[in-house]
Amino acid sequence: MDYLYYLREDKMPHIWCDGCGHGIILKSILRVIDKLGWEKDDIAMVSGIGCSSRTPGYVDFNTLHTTHGRAIAFATGLKIVKPNLHVIIVSGDGDATAIGGNHFIHAARRNIDLTVIIYNNYIYGMTGGQASPTTPVGKKASTAPYGNPDAPFDISRLAQAAGAAYVARSTVYHVGKTDRYIEQAFLKKGFSVVEVMTPCPTSYGRRNKEGNGVEMMMFQKKNSVGVERAQKMSEEELQGKIITGVFVDKEQNNYLQRYEEVIDKAKQINQ
Amino acid sequence: MEKKTNPNVRMWQGNVACAEGAIAAGCRFFAGYPITPSSEIAEVLALRFPVIGGNFIQMEDEIAAMGAIIGGSLGGAKTMTATSGPGFSLKQENIGFAVMAEVPCVIVNVQRGGPSTGLPTHAAQSDVMQARWGTHGDHPIIVLCPSSVRETYDLTIRAFSLAEKYRMPVILLSDEIIGHLTEKIEIPDPSTIEIIDRKKPTDTPENYLPYKMDDSDIPAMANFGEGYRYHVTGLAHDETGFPTNDPKKIRAQMLRLNRKIQRFRDDIVEVETFNTDDMDVLVISFGSTARSAKRAVINAREKDVKAGLLRLKTIWPFPDKEIEALYKPVRKIVVAEMNLGQIAHEIEWATRREKPVVRVNKIDGEPITPNEIFEAIIS
Repeated sequence: MDYLYYLREDKMPHIWCDGCGHGIILKSILRVIDKLGWEKDDIAMVSGIGCSSRTPGYVDFNTLHTTHGRAIAFATGLKIVKPNLHVIIVSGDGDATAIGGNHFIHAARRNIDLTVIIYNNYIYGMTGGQASPTTPVGKKASTAPYGNPDAPFDISRLAQAAGAAYVARSTVYHVGKTDRYIEQAFLKKGFSVVEVMTPCPTSYGRRNKEGNGVEMMMFQKKNSVGVERAQKMSEEELQGKIITGVFVDKEQNNYLQRYEEVIDKAKQINQ
Repeated sequence: MEKKTNPNVRMWQGNVACAEGAIAAGCRFFAGYPITPSSEIAEVLALRFPVIGGNFIQMEDEIAAMGAIIGGSLGGAKTMTATSGPGFSLKQENIGFAVMAEVPCVIVNVQRGGPSTGLPTHAAQSDVMQARWGTHGDHPIIVLCPSSVRETYDLTIRAFSLAEKYRMPVILLSDEIIGHLTEKIEIPDPSTIEIIDRKKPTDTPENYLPYKMDDSDIPAMANFGEGYRYHVTGLAHDETGFPTNDPKKIRAQMLRLNRKIQRFRDDIVEVETFNTDDMDVLVISFGSTARSAKRAVINAREKDVKAGLLRLKTIWPFPDKEIEALYKPVRKIVVAEMNLGQIAHEIEWATRREKPVVRVNKIDGEPITPNEIFEAIIS
């Protein structure tokens, strides 16, 4: 496929560092869009603030780079007004689950037909490596110089508990899986979340002595456990592991379908 | 005898008039969060929109509501949210986004007492400066203040027109008294209402510049999903909409952003005068307090005191020229407002402190009475 067809070539080079996994996720997204044959005019990509949120600037769609944490709120308004648009949100762990955590869980509850791709690299990369809501306990960050005292979120489990229709987790090492999950998420007529673990060698790996981008990806390879296998493992055995796979895939009426029912009811009453 | 009823007469509360005005203006998307004393606006639209092809959504918080109406506007709808003091504080960052990215939308703030949770069920006019400077950075803003139920209807429509015309957020600054006041009004025939829609691009998508610098100072706006693929960001950007660090390009765009309002201020600023021709005391007020001020002026005239009223319908951009044209012959200026002098301070600046400015202020949730203003006029 021709990746350049979907990219704004004149906006290159991108801001992502050597060894960063974000470009791998971007290529997965573009491959799926190409496979599904979606028209560029029919796609809106919405983001907040951070490294991952710079993705929309590089792709030739209707692109909206909003305020920190608020991408899902902006996307909700856009989707309601233009329901035929494929609205894709790209967000980071901090953007989606710290400052934007409220919008994330409520969009899941509402089950509005949006897809959120979360680039989870355990850190605020753009601003120099501050701790995020997914930084593991004890890991170092510029704002956790002695090790992080905060417990992390499990983003996929959070989305599941909040009511999302589709939730899956992959890593940038597992490209085939990532593509498959993104495709399933795009096709889901409800709120879908794909969490992709991505290395940040510059702001996280270096500080925590986890090596360069390749070494961090090899860690992903060695430590990923499928969701079915993980169910048979003890909590101790799962320490430090990345559970990948599809957590939720269910059919339920989405927000716009339920609003259609509201319209029918309102019209009957007001006839 | 057959009794003729006028089909355009309504018994409406100010907040209902606001919701109905939005519908008349063509607003078809509302996102909100419950807050007293503005909730009736959301409630009316929740009831009405499903029947007339609009969309109502109750968001998870005030910030989300503001974000959603910006997203909806980029999709091509006329959009609105409504709130009060604490919620208005929460919306400020995204209001700045709408200014920066030039996205038309309407924000209603039915003012209540502050700061903080303050007085949820009592009126205030203390968000005058927040409406002007609530979001960070140098930015233009348009703020309209209704004094009656009918005017709430009219100014809501006008808020949409100005938002669409100048590609920016417009704030309707109501207050608890006007919001909850019920009056018998006659609404205008829909065919007589002036509706303005955003300027659409005439360029081909390949040549479209969403922030084009041309003589109009107001770039054409393409809706998402209609063939014009472009980039919208809150970062400083150039004509293409993409971020830039080039000081020359940033300066040009920032100056244009602010010039939109400076240049067209005469089209935006509206005031009303009452008994100002031969006055020697000028009373200035706005919103609900202007009603007491008008009564005070009438009472003063009965006592042979030549008082006149200037009522501000637009408060930002500030009606400095209109004040300039009136104040020279007067002995003093009385400014009545339910805050500690936010507009009075502007008036002192606009009149270079050439005249004594007598402030009539109240911040305890009680309305300012005609007699309190009358006393200031005759003292």
